[in-house]
Amino acid sequence: MAAAAEALPAVHSVSPTRQRFKDALRRHPTAILGAAVLAAMIGAALAAPWLGTVDPQAVSPVKRLHDPSVAYWFGTDMLGRDVYSRVLYGARVSLTVGLAVAILSTLAGLAIGLATGFIRWVDAVVMRVMDGLMSIPPVLLAIALMALTKASIGNVIFAITLTEVPRVVRLVRSLVLGLREQPFVEAAIAAGTGTARTLVRHILPNTVAPLVVQATYLCASAMITEAILSFIGAGTPLNIPSWGNIMAEARSLFQLKPYLIFFPGACLSLTVLAVNLLGDGLRDALDPRLARRM
Amino acid sequence: MLAYLVKRLLATIPVMGVVALFVFSLLYITPGDPAAVIAGDIATAEDIAHIRAKLGLDEPYLVRFGTWCWALAHGDLGVSIFTNLPVAQLIAQRIEPTVALTLCTLVITVLIAVPLGVIAAWRASTWIDRAVMAFSVLGFSLPVFVIAYLLIMVFSIQLEWLPVQGFVSIREGWRPFLQHMILPAAALGTVYMALVARITRAAMLEVLAQDYIRTAQAKGLSSRDVLVGHALRNAAVPIVTVIGIGIALLISGVVVTETVFAIPGIGRLTVDAILRRDYPIIQAVTLLFSAVYVLINLAVDLSYTLLDPRIRY
Repeated sequence: MAAAAEALPAVHSVSPTRQRFKDALRRHPTAILGAAVLAAMIGAALAAPWLGTVDPQAVSPVKRLHDPSVAYWFGTDMLGRDVYSRVLYGARVSLTVGLAVAILSTLAGLAIGLATGFIRWVDAVVMRVMDGLMSIPPVLLAIALMALTKASIGNVIFAITLTEVPRVVRLVRSLVLGLREQPFVEAAIAAGTGTARTLVRHILPNTVAPLVVQATYLCASAMITEAILSFIGAGTPLNIPSWGNIMAEARSLFQLKPYLIFFPGACLSLTVLAVNLLGDGLRDALDPRLARRM
Repeated sequence: MLAYLVKRLLATIPVMGVVALFVFSLLYITPGDPAAVIAGDIATAEDIAHIRAKLGLDEPYLVRFGTWCWALAHGDLGVSIFTNLPVAQLIAQRIEPTVALTLCTLVITVLIAVPLGVIAAWRASTWIDRAVMAFSVLGFSLPVFVIAYLLIMVFSIQLEWLPVQGFVSIREGWRPFLQHMILPAAALGTVYMALVARITRAAMLEVLAQDYIRTAQAKGLSSRDVLVGHALRNAAVPIVTVIGIGIALLISGVVVTETVFAIPGIGRLTVDAILRRDYPIIQAVTLLFSAVYVLINLAVDLSYTLLDPRIRY
């Protein structure tokens, strides 16, 4: 009995959330790997000018289509541009688009979702619009938008965000509908708490964990969509090196010079994989209910 | 059942209405002058005015939407800005390869992903399960064109087993048709397989924990009978649902896959239309694919009664 009483404080010294994080990391060592790869990629993108790169747009006809070598780590493309430099600078585009879309669509989806989950007449209207938007295959919606606007990274971010918002709204709405029935929310309403305050103080904090998990997956899918859009000529403008653009330009040459596709393709896959692994780990740590289902 | 079918069919009308209104309104809500963007950088004022008239941008918004919907209801999808041909005709010419590709992918996916998911759940926490889950994470992470080029690299260029690119109609024989279909369908299907395998595994895990599974095992049924006859039947609804939802992934992937493999389908038509900013084509393709997506998911909803006798409408 005495021994058990002494053991108690030790058990309680770690908060349940932290313990859950530790357990999740033990079960998902790959999440740490994902975080490390992602951190390295972000570091490389930020430090691109100091990592032995040259101007990624510098055209040099005499240096056309050199295979990878000590001088040109990833070779040169058909205009003599250094592929290593282009890939490293391209990381900036992918990561910017991924992060921006994850943040913007989560915020927009959160605002709309909170309103629809709590205000009945908004729900009826907004969900019909969301159902319609969700019936348009995401890449096609983004293509339609990009066909009508000038190519720019801002427009790419906007187009992809628009395709992702309905999915976030769905998630937030289902969370809010579940939370609304919880005793602590009913108690708050019964105690005379206003709608706005109920939403901010009682509902919002409980949506954070699933939204963070969702945001990592949004980031991964946004990076793929950006590459797809650039690859088919409806994405990042050609004067900015992005992984999709590099691959698009190498399309006709790939049987002769596969490295032009390989390096940007490998970087993109690796980064998306890292974000997905991180997301799986976070899902286990933050959202045990969902984790058990998957 | 019939009443439910009619009700569900009617319910797709507002959804398609929102889609149509949205796709149509893009011309008006995008910043800047879409006619100028479509005409390109070297266009004259006359070119822009010509395109404005063609898109009907000079008319009032509601009038234009009304005539557009009326034409749509009569099967008129508009006229291509670049070729001056009716869009419906252009799509009809290109529809066969796209239908062939998506059907092949669908068949391959279901034949591979469902058994993978079943086996992973049956042998949960073993190396087979981990391998399937690893494949699933990889499938979600590798973009379709990266997979496509990897497959071409290995099977067409190194091993020379399959053709690099192109499409052969099924009318010219099964063998060449399938030879040209295997790689595109595999590339297009990977992410879809990852999704279906993952959901199949999750649904099966839930069902396998039920008492009636233990009863079935206790009365001496073979593993196969338990898995297929009892477990998979009861896990079918979420699996079929995700197969329906995943069609959106296929449609998005078709555009890229047809580009990589030089397949003259609707995806290729779309990519060519992007390069020429031929908006009527993009508009029509978006509408068409959205309608297909909505109808497939309606069919999925209706299939629930066949899969699960407890569900009645």
